[in-house]
Amino acid sequence: MGFLDSEFTDGNIVVAKAEDLLNWARLSSLWQVSFGLACCAIEMMATSASHYDFDRFGVIPRPSPRQADIIIISGTVTLKMATRIKRLYEQMPDPKYIISMGSCSNCGGPYWEHGYHVLKGVDRVIPVDVYVPGCPPRPEALLEGLLKLQEKIRNESMIKKSA
Amino acid sequence: MKNAEEILQILKENFPESNLELKTDQPTEAVLIAASLEIDKLSLFLRDSSELLFDSLMNLSGVDELKESLLSVYYHLESTSLKHKITIKVSTDRNKPEIPTVSEVWKAADWHEREAYDLFGIIFLNHPDLRRILMPYDWDAGYPLRKDYENPEFYQGMKVPY
Repeated sequence: MGFLDSEFTDGNIVVAKAEDLLNWARLSSLWQVSFGLACCAIEMMATSASHYDFDRFGVIPRPSPRQADIIIISGTVTLKMATRIKRLYEQMPDPKYIISMGSCSNCGGPYWEHGYHVLKGVDRVIPVDVYVPGCPPRPEALLEGLLKLQEKIRNESMIKKSA
Repeated sequence: MKNAEEILQILKENFPESNLELKTDQPTEAVLIAASLEIDKLSLFLRDSSELLFDSLMNLSGVDELKESLLSVYYHLESTSLKHKITIKVSTDRNKPEIPTVSEVWKAADWHEREAYDLFGIIFLNHPDLRRILMPYDWDAGYPLRKDYENPEFYQGMKVPY
């Protein structure tokens, strides 16, 4: 259950768990690193534009990894780029999330066998939260991926779950 | 405007010592085969001769001919004023692939030659800046477009094969 579904008992007072409040705040303003790699990036830009409007989910591009919560790996990750992606990821402050967008960054895609220059999945260098399949995925698919990530954040807990 | 035979004739008159040959028995355009160590002199003449005026290097690409133990370079030239074209091929020994640079004749050759060096390991003599252009600068696993190339197991701790 999300924060906004909590019970309103009195006029100006909302009663909720601190955890729910933090999770709600986090999942409602996922600022993404302004970063695109290949044809998936075109689709990601279309998702950001007015028709699909990423902003209604609180996703806005930030030009600095230091002010971002999420990085969308949108395209073919070459070995040369992989070292840079790792550095970008390490520059982001915690908590940070990763969406792997499209077949290339999921598993190498069409370059899986003869791509001497392609990393076969970005999860070989950084931990991925949500994989969005497609070549490239349509904006609807990326939005679905974002909703899955929001679902994941909504159920996060600061306290260790009992066994 | 001149066709390939006429261009060959002009070159033969001006470079009597050179072993020039025109290969026409193929479905693509005729290819002029030249000696690898003369390509820089030949290029300068092709660019500046008033009959030829090849002012544009449209493309320069490497080819690995493993069976013949050769590495070749193709030059696609065009004259924008006289509207004619020619393709030139030079070959070099696979074990010591050295070809003079034409980057001083056509500036466009600079990066094309770096690419051919990067992917085929062809050394362009007197090139101003012969570094890798596409692969990482610290790539030490060889030249990826050679036919006997084997991908390395790891690059900087990252597993490379699927």
